[in-house]
Amino acid sequence: MGLARAWSVALLGVAGHVVEIEADVGGGLPGFHLVGLPDAALHESKDRVRAAVVNSGRSWPNERIVLALSPATLRKAGSGFDLALACAILGTSGVVDQAALDGTVLLGELALDGRLRPVRGVLPCLLAARAGGMRRVVVPDAALAEASLVEGIEVFGAASLTEVLGWLHGARRLRRPEPVTDRDGPCPPDLADVVGQDDARRALEIAAAGGHHVLLVGPPGTGKTMLAQRFVGLLPRLEPEEALALAAVRSVAGRLPDGGALSAVPPLVAPHHSSSMAALVGGGSGVARPGAVSLAHRGVLFLDEAPEFGAHLLDALRTPLEEGEIRLARAEGAVCYPARFQLVLAANPCPCAPAHDRDCVCPSLVRRRYLGRLSGPLLDRVDLRARMFPVTALSATGGDAESTAVVRARVLAARAAAAQRWAGLEWRTNAEVPGPVLRTRFALPRSALRPLDAGLRAGELTARGADRAIRVAWTLADLGGRDRPDRELIEEALFFRDRRAA
Amino acid sequence: MAAKDVLGRRGEDLAVQYLEQQGLVVLSRNWRCRQGELDVVATDADRLVVCEVKTRSGTRFGEPAEAVTWRKAARIRRVTQAWLAAHQVRWCEIRFDVLAVVAEPGRPVTVQHYEAAF
Repeated sequence: MGLARAWSVALLGVAGHVVEIEADVGGGLPGFHLVGLPDAALHESKDRVRAAVVNSGRSWPNERIVLALSPATLRKAGSGFDLALACAILGTSGVVDQAALDGTVLLGELALDGRLRPVRGVLPCLLAARAGGMRRVVVPDAALAEASLVEGIEVFGAASLTEVLGWLHGARRLRRPEPVTDRDGPCPPDLADVVGQDDARRALEIAAAGGHHVLLVGPPGTGKTMLAQRFVGLLPRLEPEEALALAAVRSVAGRLPDGGALSAVPPLVAPHHSSSMAALVGGGSGVARPGAVSLAHRGVLFLDEAPEFGAHLLDALRTPLEEGEIRLARAEGAVCYPARFQLVLAANPCPCAPAHDRDCVCPSLVRRRYLGRLSGPLLDRVDLRARMFPVTALSATGGDAESTAVVRARVLAARAAAAQRWAGLEWRTNAEVPGPVLRTRFALPRSALRPLDAGLRAGELTARGADRAIRVAWTLADLGGRDRPDRELIEEALFFRDRRAA
Repeated sequence: MAAKDVLGRRGEDLAVQYLEQQGLVVLSRNWRCRQGELDVVATDADRLVVCEVKTRSGTRFGEPAEAVTWRKAARIRRVTQAWLAAHQVRWCEIRFDVLAVVAEPGRPVTVQHYEAAF
């Protein structure tokens, strides 16, 4: 008999590696030996592959079969290797031509009757295959829409092992993906629905324009949740590579919407305050899976009732907030998921939270403790804090509220101004610019910085807080169409930072 | 004799016939000791060839050779030591083969020879 090779992809987080599968048949008693650090699901593929091959009307070699997955030191998990294993084995007996297998990545789990079942993470697998220099990929039919998002590699969809074998012979065609049509998906609700709340609206507009994090504080029923949901509508549509990075995370999490079209709408992820650490930042045994922070990549992570979240959960957000990614180390390796999200926190001012703050019955200590649960280091990263007020009259504000389209136009203009300023540098929004750059290359005149000096001297402001105020001021300048912030804008930025406001 | 033993006996006859066609000289058949039994012990002039013969009347319950597990292989190795001692063979090269005989009713009998199977 002989030797044959097929290719598949192993995933570690959203990073994929092309895996070469060698099959050697002959020289011993019948048996099936799988080497190269397979996990339990992959070990079980022995039985699935054999049944699928036999039930597809092919003969199973009655000899010793050794399958080597290379690189051998990389841990391989999951059932997605079944198809490649089957084709490698059939390749040794000449049922499949080696030339047809070369440069082809095969993905999919086999059912016992030879049907091809979808697997998770097809999208990152394809990105890895393309990076690994592969020419074409066969995926299960159900994953075809998802696979079509990757350009630069030929994608084919198959429903069964028989179809794949026929295609490798050149005897039949496989389905090709249809061109992606709808890229926008459903629109988020409109900002005009929210009554009043000028301060909070302004804060969200600034946050959207500069990519800042924001905290909304106000009694229940004033529209904190409504505003946060509409915030997504203010953000620019995702660039194709951003949308692809997000889709890769969703694919690994098994959360890619059906139909698979690449959504350019930034995601809104709103985990409940009872969420576990693993749900929020990612986790799980073996290899960590992505959490809410990664599913909100390039979008919004909305934490309603933020003080109700465990303190350790909120503090776990600090590193992804700073770095835009999260590294999770587990027994079988460390993975890195993207996590560049905008944080929107909503909180009541106190546990009793009456409509008017003066009706509060909480002891002062309880009040202080309540918002104190939002730790200093976390709040230091939140540039904007907005107070929300109870709605006093529905009629007075009806109809004249600005719509999403109007505000969004201003946001996009401000973002364009910022992008022009940072052109040639590595960042795009004001929130990403490092503090030292703001203090040196784009330094503001001394007179403009005077309010910050006062704040630092009085201990109301940390050095990082001062940097953040400068960033917000730049965003205010972009929104106002000015070329640089002056003292007035710095003061306005400080108004949104004031700790007493929260 | 039970039907399965008749089949096994027939399979062993076929296996010996096959081995002799291959030019091997059969030294012992069904050699027994306390540890177990060796189906066929033969030689090809250079080395000792210890053969395990597995016969099945069909492949519905798997290939005959699949039934040779590592436990079976370990037992054959032990019995081979006993055989060598009993025949006062000092040192020689040994090869362990498996002969899979499939005798399906109404079909020609097949013999598959796994040389140096374990």
